Amino acid sequence: METLKEKNTGSTKQTTIRISGAEALIHCLLAEEADLIYGYPGGAIMPVYDELYKFQDKLTHILTRHEQGATHAAQGYARVTGKVGVAMATSGPGATNLVTGLADAQIDSTPMVCITGQVPRHLLGSDAFQETDIIGISTPVTKWNYQITKATEIPEIMAKAFYIAKSGRPGPVLIDITKNAQFDELDFSYEPCTGVRSYNPSPKINSKAIEQAADLINNAKKPYIIFGQGVILGHAEEQLKALVEKAGIPAAWTILGLSAMHTDHPLNVGMVGMHGNYGPNILTNECDVLIAIGMRFDDRVTGSLDTYAKQAKVIHFEIDPAEIDKNVTTDVAILGDARDSLELLLPLIKENKHEEWHNEFKTKYEEEFDAVIKNDLHPTKEGLTMGEVIEEINLASKNKAVIVTDVGQHQMIACRYAKFNQSKSNITSGGLGTMGFALPAAIGAKMGAEDREVVAIIGDGGYQMNIQELATIYQNKTAVKIVVLNNDHLGMVRQWQELFFERRYASTVMTNPDFVKIAEGYHIKAKRVEKRKDLKATVEEMMASSEPYFLEVKVEKEDNVFPMIPSGASVSDIRLK
Amino acid sequence: MENKWFTISVYSENNVGLLNRISGIFLKRHINIESLNVSKSEINGVSKFTVVIFTTEDWTRKIVQQIEKQIEVIKAFYHTDEETIYQESALFKIASNLLFDDRQIQNIIKESNAQIVTVSREYFVLAKTGRRGEIDEMYHQLSPYGIMQFVRSGRIAVTKSVMQITALLKEFQTK
Repeated sequence: METLKEKNTGSTKQTTIRISGAEALIHCLLAEEADLIYGYPGGAIMPVYDELYKFQDKLTHILTRHEQGATHAAQGYARVTGKVGVAMATSGPGATNLVTGLADAQIDSTPMVCITGQVPRHLLGSDAFQETDIIGISTPVTKWNYQITKATEIPEIMAKAFYIAKSGRPGPVLIDITKNAQFDELDFSYEPCTGVRSYNPSPKINSKAIEQAADLINNAKKPYIIFGQGVILGHAEEQLKALVEKAGIPAAWTILGLSAMHTDHPLNVGMVGMHGNYGPNILTNECDVLIAIGMRFDDRVTGSLDTYAKQAKVIHFEIDPAEIDKNVTTDVAILGDARDSLELLLPLIKENKHEEWHNEFKTKYEEEFDAVIKNDLHPTKEGLTMGEVIEEINLASKNKAVIVTDVGQHQMIACRYAKFNQSKSNITSGGLGTMGFALPAAIGAKMGAEDREVVAIIGDGGYQMNIQELATIYQNKTAVKIVVLNNDHLGMVRQWQELFFERRYASTVMTNPDFVKIAEGYHIKAKRVEKRKDLKATVEEMMASSEPYFLEVKVEKEDNVFPMIPSGASVSDIRLK
Repeated sequence: MENKWFTISVYSENNVGLLNRISGIFLKRHINIESLNVSKSEINGVSKFTVVIFTTEDWTRKIVQQIEKQIEVIKAFYHTDEETIYQESALFKIASNLLFDDRQIQNIIKESNAQIVTVSREYFVLAKTGRRGEIDEMYHQLSPYGIMQFVRSGRIAVTKSVMQITALLKEFQTK
C-alpha cells in the first residue's frame, strides 16, 4: 500500500474496532452517507449481504431484478440527488451485468461506486466458479477501479473510491472484493479521503484566461452560450443565469445540460444537436463568440467539425483537461470548476442586451414552430403524437416533474418539449444512448426525490430491455409514473431507414405484448390511451395518483423527429422536414 | 497532419492494472504501440512508462491528455525524436564455433561496438545498445551466419528539456 498514500486531514489517534471486512464495508458506506444501495446477491458477495441484513435499519438495500437495473437505479439516484449512487453485485455474471451501467455513468460523468464480490484470493486466475476478470473488463469504462484482496485495505480504498467518484469530473468507480477479504477481520477505523497525490480534480483557475474571456464577451456582437451538465455537476446554475442576464446572451442546452436553466427563461433559446432546435443549431455558425460551459462538443452536438463554429472565437469552461481542444479548438480555455470560474468572470462582464441578435433566435423559432412544433404539440391529424403527450405531462405537472427518458425518438421529443423549472430534473442516457435506462433510473430518481413526481417516458423498444424492474417498483411501492409511447417500432432506427436506407425496414417492426396486462401482472395500476379525447384526463389521473402508475399511449407508427442534422452534416444544414 | 514518431513518457504510481488502463487508451484509438518500456523513474516510488507510437501530433496530444486523466498517472509528456536522447538494447545469441571459424564476425563485433556478455562452448551472447537502425544493421550483418536467438528491448529515452515531476508532486501534495 506504499503507493496509495492519502492526504488525511488532522489524523488524530482513532479508536479502532475489530470487525470483519464485510462489516467494515458497511461502516464505510455509512460513513460516506450512503443510505440507499441497489444490488443483487450471489455467492461471492454473501458475507456483505449478511451484514446488510444486520444493518437494515441504517442502510436500505433495494433488490433490483437484474444487475444492470441496479446500476441505472444508482445512476438515477445520483443524478437527482447529486450524491454518489451505489450498486452491488456478485462476481462473474453479476459483475459483467454492471458493465453497461458503468459505461453509461462514465460517458455521462455520473458519480457511482459499484461493489462486486470476487472469488477468494487463492482461487484468483484459476477459472473458479463465477470468476471473471472484472477489473480487466471494467477498466475502460471506469474512472478508477481496484481489487481488494485483504480486509485491511477496505477502509482506505472505500474512502478513495467515494472521493474519486464525486470529485472533479465525476464518474464510476468499481471496487472488487475477494471473498476472503470479506470474511477476514481487521482493526477498523475510517477517515474520509481528501486527496490522492497523482490526481488533481479541480485545476486552479487561470485569472488571465478569465480576463481574456471577459474581454471577448464584452466586445462580442453575437455572443452565444451552450451549457452542458457541467453546470449541474458544478452547482453553477445561479451563476449561469446571472451571466446570461447580465450580458444578455442567448443560451442553449445540450441534452444533459437540460434543466440547468429554467426552460421558460426568455434567454433560454432551446436545444443544440442532431434533433435540437433550428435557431440554436443554425446560429452556432453565425455567432461571433461561442461560450461553451461544462459541455464537451459531442459529435451529436457539433455535426461535422470542419464546418462547426469556424467564424467564432470559442471560450471553453471545462473541468477536465482532456476535453480541451479534443473536438473543437478553443481560443480561450478556462480549466476549473464551473461555479468558481463563472464567479470570477461575472464582475468583469459588462451589462448588455443584444436584442437584435436575440431576435434572430426568435425568427428562427417561428420558422421551426410553423414547420414542426405546431404539428408536434397541437396536431390536426387523427393519430396521437409523442409531443402532445409531453405537453400534457408539462401541464399536469406544472413543469415540476423529474422526467426520465430512455433512448430514441421519445427521448428527443421529451428533451425538446419537456418543461423544467428546477435543476437536476432531466435524467437520460445521453452519451452512451443506453436503451433500457429509463425504467430503473426512474426508480432511483423517485427514491432520491420522494417528494417530487418522477415520470419515466419510454419507447416500446427500450421498455422491454429492463421491463423486469416492474417487480422492483411493485415490491417497494415506488410511486413512479411510467409512460410508454408505443409506436410498435424501433422508431429512431426506422426513421433512419426511411431517410437514409431507402425504406428498408430491417428488424424495426415490433409485435408487442399487451403492456397493460403486463403492468397489471405486477399489480401496477395501468391504462392505455388510443384516442386524443382520452389523453388529458388520463395524464391528469396519472399525475394525481400517489401510487405507481403505468400509461401506454398508442402514438402514430411512422412519425419522424424533426428538425434533424443528418449524421456527419453541418449544423447549418439542419432539416425542418 | 503527417505521421511521426513520438515518445510518450508517463510518470505514475506503481499499481497493478495501470498498464492495462494506459494501453487501453491506445487501443480505443486503434493506435499500435511500437515499443513499450516500464521502469522506475528518478523519483522514489514513481514508475515511468516509455511508449513509442507512429501517428500525428494531434492524436498524440489527445492520447497524452487522456493518459494524464487517469487517476494514478502523475504526468505524461510527449516528445519527437529530435527532443530526446533515446536508445534500445538487443541481445544476439550465436553459435560459438562461428566466432573462431569466421573472422568476419569479429569485425562486425568490433565495428558495431557490441559487447560480448558471455561465451560458452556452444554459444556466445552479444549485447548491443543504440538506435533502432544500428541494431537492425547488426542484425542484417549477423543473420547470414545464423542467429540462434534475438531479442530487442523497448525504447528508453530521456528528454533534452527538464521534466518537473518532483515539483508537480509537491504541488499536488500541498493542495
